[in-house]
Amino acid sequence: MNVVTPFEGIGASVRRKEDLRFLSGRGQYTDDINRPGQTYAAILRSPHAHARIVSIDTAAAAAMPGVVAVFTGADMPDLGGIPCGWQIHNKDGTPMAEPMHPVLAVGKARFVGDAIAAVIAETRSQAKDAAEAIEVEYEVLPAVATMEAALAPGASRVHDDVAGNVCYDWHIGDKAVNEAAFAKAPKVVEFELVNNRLVPNAMEPRAAIGDYDPTTEDYTLYTTSQNPHVIRLLMGAFVLHLPEHKLRVVAPDVGGGFGSKIFHYAEEAIVTWAAGRVKRPVKWTAERTESFMTDAHGRDHVTKARLAMDADGKFLALHVQTLANMGAYLSTFATSVPTYLYATLLAGVYTTPTVYAEVKAVFTNTVPVDAYRGAGRPEATFLLERLVDVAAAETGMDRIEIRRRNFIPNDAFPYQTPVALQYDSGDYTATLDQALKTADWAGFEARRAEAKARGRLRGIGISTYIEACGIAPSAVVGSLGARAGLYEVGTIRVHPTGSVTVLTGTHSHGQGHETTLAQLVTDRLGVPLSQVDIVHGDTAKIPFGMGTYGSRSLAVGGSAMVKAMDKIVAKARRIAAHLMEASVEDVEFDRGTFRVAGTDKTKSWGEIALTAYVPHNYPIEELEPGLDETAFYDPKNFTYPGGCHICEVEIEPETGITTVVNFTAVDDVGRVINPMIVEGQVQGGVAQGIGQALLESCVYDSEGQLVSASFMDYQMPRANDLPPVSVATHTTLCTHNPLGVKGCGEVGAIGSPPAVINAVVDALKDYGVRHIEMPATAAKVWGIINASRPAMAAE
Amino acid sequence: MYDFEYHKPGSLADAVKLLSADPDSKPISGGQTLLPALKHRLNKPTSVIDLSGIAELKGVRREGDKLVIGALAKHVEVATSPEVKAAIPALAQMASTIGDTQVRNRGTIGGSVANNDPAADYPSAVLGLNATIVTDKRRIAADDFFQGMFTTALEPGELLVAIEFPVPEKAGYAKMRNPASRYVMAGAFVAKTGGGVRVAINGAGPGVFRQAEMEKALAANWSPDAVAGVKQSADGLNSDIHGSAEYRAHLVTVMAKRAVAAAG
Repeated sequence: MNVVTPFEGIGASVRRKEDLRFLSGRGQYTDDINRPGQTYAAILRSPHAHARIVSIDTAAAAAMPGVVAVFTGADMPDLGGIPCGWQIHNKDGTPMAEPMHPVLAVGKARFVGDAIAAVIAETRSQAKDAAEAIEVEYEVLPAVATMEAALAPGASRVHDDVAGNVCYDWHIGDKAVNEAAFAKAPKVVEFELVNNRLVPNAMEPRAAIGDYDPTTEDYTLYTTSQNPHVIRLLMGAFVLHLPEHKLRVVAPDVGGGFGSKIFHYAEEAIVTWAAGRVKRPVKWTAERTESFMTDAHGRDHVTKARLAMDADGKFLALHVQTLANMGAYLSTFATSVPTYLYATLLAGVYTTPTVYAEVKAVFTNTVPVDAYRGAGRPEATFLLERLVDVAAAETGMDRIEIRRRNFIPNDAFPYQTPVALQYDSGDYTATLDQALKTADWAGFEARRAEAKARGRLRGIGISTYIEACGIAPSAVVGSLGARAGLYEVGTIRVHPTGSVTVLTGTHSHGQGHETTLAQLVTDRLGVPLSQVDIVHGDTAKIPFGMGTYGSRSLAVGGSAMVKAMDKIVAKARRIAAHLMEASVEDVEFDRGTFRVAGTDKTKSWGEIALTAYVPHNYPIEELEPGLDETAFYDPKNFTYPGGCHICEVEIEPETGITTVVNFTAVDDVGRVINPMIVEGQVQGGVAQGIGQALLESCVYDSEGQLVSASFMDYQMPRANDLPPVSVATHTTLCTHNPLGVKGCGEVGAIGSPPAVINAVVDALKDYGVRHIEMPATAAKVWGIINASRPAMAAE
Repeated sequence: MYDFEYHKPGSLADAVKLLSADPDSKPISGGQTLLPALKHRLNKPTSVIDLSGIAELKGVRREGDKLVIGALAKHVEVATSPEVKAAIPALAQMASTIGDTQVRNRGTIGGSVANNDPAADYPSAVLGLNATIVTDKRRIAADDFFQGMFTTALEPGELLVAIEFPVPEKAGYAKMRNPASRYVMAGAFVAKTGGGVRVAINGAGPGVFRQAEMEKALAANWSPDAVAGVKQSADGLNSDIHGSAEYRAHLVTVMAKRAVAAAG
């Protein structure tokens, strides 16, 4: 019998193995870890957005009770800067401006929250007390809090060596072809919009513990990271100059990342370096206010776009000009977000023959901006799907019809876009049709009329999107400026009794990998799920992996596991052939049983595993003992999930309050391993998308003070802000990875914001609204309604 | 949080003595405002006087045509009290919408009223119902008690003991929440009593205030329509990232209308 009962393999909605640990409070997060002799770090942060540091006097602080040491940037002359992992080139071929990002500020503070000094003390309170006793003399400089201010002539420079505050001025696409297409286009739609800045707000604040063993000179960093190996490389090689064999990085249970825990942060370097100096462990845990002020923010684009169309609504050309806020320093992958994760997606699901995009990245006196759930792709999708709706409105075309006319047809795959990417598979008509049916698009006008009778404005919006994830091919990203490989590694360790431990280079911080990845093993090897454990997040245990972001864990990490399991099965078949005295070619393997084809001679998985480790009767001349294989997998292409999101809202005109009443998502995420987990991932992504569209707004004042620096002023979506989300999948398989999977972690956050805003604009269509910027707050919506009232009355 | 001394007196007299002896001490009841301030190091009292052990500050009771609510009554007690529900259902309803479950299980009416946060709920009920604030020293009319943002008639060392609410003929409350904090963006408490009609506005301005035009309109015609046409001036109202003064002024009218509708 080869059947695992109950079925726990690919396609089973197995309950998450990790949840008992999380739900019973037994998760081990970084702040739960305490090392013998541990000290605590407090970071003194700049209260000014831009200031010259005239002097720092730490004498009083150093004399405070419990203080072990006080460090400033001047104590770290030999340390490197926090590196940026992706080099972008300007239009003229010169490299981007890449100013130094010191671990602790040197010379200037460049945003509110910039790290000025670190106090190490016996207790957290003593460290904070002493930090307050540090005397810093600042010469406050004019701050550039917005991109507009930073680009103004004569603007104050965030970095003295970066003229005009421009990090890079980059482009993609064929400008001449694009201009020629516009020159003869019968219709051009012009549009401007903002993609609002967001604070990631993972439930678990960042934390880091540095540990140092003076007898071995081994360093250990425990940190809230999505990719411990990347942190080890960046921090070890570029900042602290520690060789990998002397530096272990552990990312234990991590309570949410959404991208914000990909990056190497100064605090990680501070605690590791300081542990070596004070010869004791050093712990730092962010307070929520610190999280607001120092976690890399997301989005923050200002974009102008032009779309050329023919008389039938066929898109002829797209030209996009985007300003992207980098904040005060370049965070690890900041530079790639508005370029290769954004502009390359501007073809969307449409056959637009020419796309030309220009992106200017700008330094401002704000928190660094980097990848946040979707990273670049939500910005591209929001632009495109708003633009398509505007184009439909201005040409009198139906919103659905204009999309259908421009879809990449099913027979066009693999489809080469004009902006570098080659889509492998998709069926945009199918996801659209399924979503229209589920959402009862056809019946909407009756619901609108019913709402109107109740005094409500009801609107419906749609978004048909694509994204590129499963990042990605090392050779491709390398040619585009990435300073890292983007393969993944998996080790399948079969134990003598047949149970399995998997070591994966990906990292789970809420996604359920400990279940999904285990299902791959159950499906392939026939080992019950309870006999499979997934180990991740420790550079001392697992081979060099690249971590989790860009919906890559299954497509890249899962594929590496498949390759390693192929090796396991190949070896196990040889052992089985030996035991059954058959030729290898005749031995079949199906979920746990080896059989000589056409006979009743079988060997169980457990017998083979035991033989591999107790090789008494073993082909030792030709085969090594053991059953433990590692594989590295580097994909040939990105994966391309896509789909259709439909949102229905109701607006209360008296207050402007917008309520999402229906939300339908039909996504093509490739093969689905665990439908329940996919549904949860999509729902979570949609929650964040609705948050961006209606609620969340990171606000700086003109002095560079973060106004929305707490939950009192930054509105996270709450359960009662969210409708029941109908989630369904329509599968086309990825053509180039062995699982056919595409990825589901980001689709919700990518597809949903334009669907929501398109619904809000639709609800307000009688008020002459062309666009509403995110978040569409009650005050903003009421403002629109109120402003257009006199005009309505005059009609 | 900075270090401070902690005292838990057993009587009102002991509490007053402790507070009077140390001008830098702070009384604490539910701690819903003070504790976050302490944790953020925004407040540095030398001592914190925990009022939770003082019996004189507790209890909810009907006394003739008055409802007397002790300072330590938690929001959840007010929300679920049969006495409150019978006498002033609008007050119980208000209490049931303050903050979230955790806040309602800790926060007290005395703490809220003494703190006089412009975006708090209770001050509008106290003012709208023409309640009397009873302290360890005196009785203060609501009209004299609230003196603008976080300011009241309470003197240093003076403790709020109870609030006496005259039972109205009708009362109603409506509010729009700040989308992030869930404090009040604009709220209106309306009451019809033997002494006349009162309309108290919270959230919208720097402190709770009475809306005279609406009171006049409702005195003439107690109906939602009567206030629907009364425009609140935006002058002096709050304006921030969540909404302009104009928006809040508009909401005042909307909430007053809804409060009258709720009052019936």
